[in-house]
Amino acid sequence: MATTTPTRGAHGSRSGRRAPKPDSPGRQAWRSRLWRFDDKASPYAYIAPFFLVFGAFGLYPLIYTGWIALHRVEMISLDQMDWVGWENFSRVLQDPEFWTAVANTFIIGVISTVPQLLVALGLAHLLNYKLRASTFWRTVILTPYATSVASAAIVFALVFRADGGLLNWFLDLVGLGGTNWAQGHWSSKIAIAVIVIWRWTGYNTLIYLAAMQAVPSDLYEAASIDGASRWQQFRNVTIPALRPTILFTIVISTIGSMQLFGEPLLLEGGTIGAQGGTEHQYETLSIYLYNYGWKLQHLGPAAAVAWAMLALLLLIAAINWLVGRSVRKTAA
Amino acid sequence: MRITRTVAGRRRRTAVMATTGLTTVALLLTGCSDSGSDSDKADADGNITLTIADFGQFGYKEAGLFEKYHELHPNITVKETVTADEQVYYPKFLQQLNTGSGLADIQGIEVGRVKELVDTKADAFADLSKVVDVDEWVNWKALQATTDEGKVIGAGTDIGPMSLCYRRDLFEQAGLPTDREEVAAKVAGGWKDYLKLGEEYKKKAPKDTFYMDSASAMYNGVVSSGEEQYYSKDGKAIYKESASVKAGWDLAAEAADKKLTAGLAQFQDPWKAALRTGTFATVACPAWMAAQIATYAGDEFKGKWDIALTPGETAANWGGSFLAVPAKGKHVKEAGELVKWLTAPEQQAAVFKAAGLFPSNKGAYELPDVKNAKLEYFNNAPIGEIYAEEAKVIPAAVLGPKDGIIKDSISTQINNMEQRGTSPEKAWNAATEEIDKVIG
Repeated sequence: MATTTPTRGAHGSRSGRRAPKPDSPGRQAWRSRLWRFDDKASPYAYIAPFFLVFGAFGLYPLIYTGWIALHRVEMISLDQMDWVGWENFSRVLQDPEFWTAVANTFIIGVISTVPQLLVALGLAHLLNYKLRASTFWRTVILTPYATSVASAAIVFALVFRADGGLLNWFLDLVGLGGTNWAQGHWSSKIAIAVIVIWRWTGYNTLIYLAAMQAVPSDLYEAASIDGASRWQQFRNVTIPALRPTILFTIVISTIGSMQLFGEPLLLEGGTIGAQGGTEHQYETLSIYLYNYGWKLQHLGPAAAVAWAMLALLLLIAAINWLVGRSVRKTAA
Repeated sequence: MRITRTVAGRRRRTAVMATTGLTTVALLLTGCSDSGSDSDKADADGNITLTIADFGQFGYKEAGLFEKYHELHPNITVKETVTADEQVYYPKFLQQLNTGSGLADIQGIEVGRVKELVDTKADAFADLSKVVDVDEWVNWKALQATTDEGKVIGAGTDIGPMSLCYRRDLFEQAGLPTDREEVAAKVAGGWKDYLKLGEEYKKKAPKDTFYMDSASAMYNGVVSSGEEQYYSKDGKAIYKESASVKAGWDLAAEAADKKLTAGLAQFQDPWKAALRTGTFATVACPAWMAAQIATYAGDEFKGKWDIALTPGETAANWGGSFLAVPAKGKHVKEAGELVKWLTAPEQQAAVFKAAGLFPSNKGAYELPDVKNAKLEYFNNAPIGEIYAEEAKVIPAAVLGPKDGIIKDSISTQINNMEQRGTSPEKAWNAATEEIDKVIG
């Protein structure tokens, strides 16, 4: 079935305006070609700025970092690059400190992401009820996200300080006795996880809340007619509807915890913070990279760490994707 | 593959872009400040702004020297950018040296870094040997900043002759002598005696106090008195066999074992807090440390601190800095003149008076501001005399390119021995592992 669009000339004469000169057939063809070109090409022009900027500030440094990773480059003489092949990678992979950093990053990631998302889910559920001044509560819950990493970390560093810290003072008050938070292997990781949880819970809450509000209300009505309790509704209606959102927040949080830098750096601050504690007890991969590049001044291995981090992220993303696919399959 | 000099310029630019991408976070953290942007041109009247970038405390602001220079040279205004932490300052400085942009007209260099710059970056600095009179300085200070060809890349500012800072009131409570001559006599035999005195202190120590703040300061004092420290004269890293390192390490392990130390990492917040509450009795004390103690301990402890001669006969130097003029600066000549003026005896004496940084210029030792200097905070200790006596007998130590980082790595592990009870073997292995990574 062919449909034809009315030509402009016909339209013009019908509305009584002065009819434009009929276009010559050649010109008409040119116009429609231009039209079609415009139709197809313009979107690319509109999104081009992003890709240009990404190419210059994202892709290019990424590739160049890979190039540096294959060379011996010292901070003191950046103009001197000696090809060493995979040596930097094997150096990093054989360094026990690297694996400590991997383990630390993983542990801190788990103990911050899991409670964070659970709490966010619960809070979102509560905020989804009819509340007085609900906008106020939603704003309040987002405020920690608006504070900078540095200020949050510095405030919490005061809370967790061994000598005269707020938390130890409180623990002492209830008779539990304080501990040197930054120095312990577990306590330091917990302290960092607390900062992360504090900052990001509100952000995830709002994402969950938005997703919850998109759940059709007749599902809940039907459920309550069937006699489902609030908890049952949450489990059997809300959670399944939120699955893609939950997956999204898991991916985002994973990327975030992979890049943990400010919180561990500032927990003790100074030179100790820059090496992730005197026994590297809270050294994350980002700190390890920073230490290698900026304190030891070997940029080659530091670049290799950056690429190793990228590889780890891609691996995690692949696992997420596989899990997501199986979740979707079981949902369907 | 080695990238040839012909494309070095472009490579350098690209390298910068890449490293920027690599650690945007790091840059955000160090807070890239844009220095030098307004010093590029002289205005119509020939007025210029000279920029000076340094770290920690150089004492010029305290001594009001920049205003004074402006009075003497009305067309020159001096602007100082201070980075608190040298460990943050130096990587940024290296980056700026590599790219040739963002440098100040004058840059500060810490003694732990000067050898590295002399060895690899001498081209990037103006030769100061014609500007300043090298013979005015204590000779070992001049040697530190001089290349094999005789080029001087930095003018000496302060030095750090060691002494012993102690708390009179705590010593008295513990039944030890309080007079600085008597204390010096007690430790005249060296750092072993210092530890023995510590055991005496511990027997009757006032509650919740420690003999020393950190064994790493003592370690630095011991190592700094050796001629060969981390590197041999022919430039090899010998820290594993070095006699002075071994002596320092063993003493530190002993102090940790006997629990004579509070195990505080120096210059970190808990250390400052302990000064404020006054919980340790002694610090192995380079000249510049006195100002830190006075600042953090506060008025409450004024007059309760005192300064005695350093343990042992061998004097030691810990720290000190240089002022260098990057060769690519817009005002190399004017900057050189300012450096000459700032490091001249009168100005060094003024800095000493205002901030306690001890002059490297011998001429200053004869000036009343230094010669008769007494530190009120430290019970009027005659610091001018004490430090000048030390400074003259400090051996000319061999410096190495990575001295600063090696010292920091070892200090961290000393801290682990004191604070966590890590065994000396385990701590030493951890230190060497880190250091091998630095050197390799």
